[in-house]
Amino acid sequence: MIAQLAAQLSFLPAPLVAVLMILLKILIIVLPLMGCVAYTTLLERKVIGYMQVRIGPNRVTLLGLDFLRGWGQPIADALKLMTKEIVIPDGANRFLFLAAPVVALAPALAAWAVVPFGGELTLTNINAGLLYILALTSLGVYGIIIAGWASNSKYAFLGAMRSAAQIVSYEIAMGFALVGVLTAAGSLNLGAIVEAQRGSVLHWYWLPLFPLCLIYFISGVAETNRAPFDVSEGESEIVAGFHVEYSGMAFALFFLAEYANMILISALTAVLFFGGWLSPLPAFLSDLPVIGTLLGDGIHWFVFKTAFFLFCFLWFRATFPRYRYDQIMRLGWKVFLPITIVWIVLVGAAVVWQLPPWFTRP
Amino acid sequence: MLEQIIFYAFSALVVAAGAMVITLRNPVHAVLCLVVAFFASAGLWMLLEAEFLAITLVLVYVGAVMVLFMFVVMMLDINLAVLREGFAGYVPVALVFAVLMMVSIALVVGPKHFGLALFAAPLPHAADYNNTLALGRSLFAQFLLPFEAAAVVLLVAIIAAIALTLRPSRQTKAPKPERQVQVRRADRVRLVKDMDAEGTP
Repeated sequence: MIAQLAAQLSFLPAPLVAVLMILLKILIIVLPLMGCVAYTTLLERKVIGYMQVRIGPNRVTLLGLDFLRGWGQPIADALKLMTKEIVIPDGANRFLFLAAPVVALAPALAAWAVVPFGGELTLTNINAGLLYILALTSLGVYGIIIAGWASNSKYAFLGAMRSAAQIVSYEIAMGFALVGVLTAAGSLNLGAIVEAQRGSVLHWYWLPLFPLCLIYFISGVAETNRAPFDVSEGESEIVAGFHVEYSGMAFALFFLAEYANMILISALTAVLFFGGWLSPLPAFLSDLPVIGTLLGDGIHWFVFKTAFFLFCFLWFRATFPRYRYDQIMRLGWKVFLPITIVWIVLVGAAVVWQLPPWFTRP
Repeated sequence: MLEQIIFYAFSALVVAAGAMVITLRNPVHAVLCLVVAFFASAGLWMLLEAEFLAITLVLVYVGAVMVLFMFVVMMLDINLAVLREGFAGYVPVALVFAVLMMVSIALVVGPKHFGLALFAAPLPHAADYNNTLALGRSLFAQFLLPFEAAAVVLLVAIIAAIALTLRPSRQTKAPKPERQVQVRRADRVRLVKDMDAEGTP
């Protein structure tokens, strides 16, 4: 479809058409993502509400339809935040204070460029995709520490320092978990990693790389500063941590970044360990008429798996108490790091000996 | 054409950010400019089709090293007025060293080593060329021994750094998590019979 549109625009210079088409693809990814982020906030409030035997938001309707009570909440929230004043604290560094939310959001969105949604559905199919993801997720911390420093506030600064230390620590365990995946798949390309898991549910990497899978997801929760690792917000000790001085749309951007990162980690867990767009059902079912496309491989499986891990984020927040700071550091450095190193060696040996059924190479 | 625009944009960014690193007064701003300079250099490397190195530059330097830099610089309470005091007094010494450095650099990598005639434009590779694979092949097959030697040197450096900073703990009351998680109910709770004043239950 995009190729047809590009052909229609052939009267324009070729580089301009290429740039326009890339921008269009970016819009196709980012707009639904922003929608997902908006409704993840509603989902979070609803899920936590039901887990705590409450109802959650149920006032704002959508289009005046009674059965959509609560569905207008994200839109109402967005309107409220957009119309609020952005207060810049006394003695704050004005430029960095306003730049920090943008710095936080940009890598969270840019990482989506290499995520494979379906067989051919990806913005760019680059060879070093996994490395790119790792590089961009490690940049998210800048938004937080710049915000903490530029706010000129003790609480914000403490939150930023906690967050920086935590993210740098867990990045190592996360990177090592990814090393296991790329050793197993023999590629840094995310599409190739999914293809390497083709077979059945038991061929997906969650089984041979089970410890790495757990460590990746837990490190992902820590990287996004979500409960139970949300000491950088720690409302009982440091009010709201790094974004305590923010209001209005600047505050909303931090929220957008956090939720976009959550969805990204969920999507990556699905891609790296749970077969991405691959269907868990036996292959012959995809030959059935009509429902075959639904039962076979496709983007809907990717969305479903991502949604499940996103739900896990909310589930954790509703059920786990916050970790103490020294325990977070201990978990990252003394527990996760040794496990990942041992498992990388094991995976390396399995790849060398072509351990069936996961590590046989054609 | 498009490539040249991108090249000059990134080059201008590297030079401007590099200049700001050494001219800006605020150390945090200087570190951020260094981050921008690294980013722009990564963009230049990307133009050379060295995508592995470009992304690794962002990952290692921007994602890890500079975060620690920021961490340290933000913690410092730098009094700028004190720093600037007597700054001009160093100018003669600084000038001597600057000239010495410039001359030695010019002698080693002088203008005769540069120029378009000396460097042929790199041949663009096909779209399916895998830079990461090529790098891995040469590192782990062609230059395995130097690579492993470098790895050993790095490992020794890491262990040395830890050994230098790790002091035997003083009389600190640090919690021991491994003992905390092993606590059982019997260690903490003791059930006693409720007695009244006469000693009858």
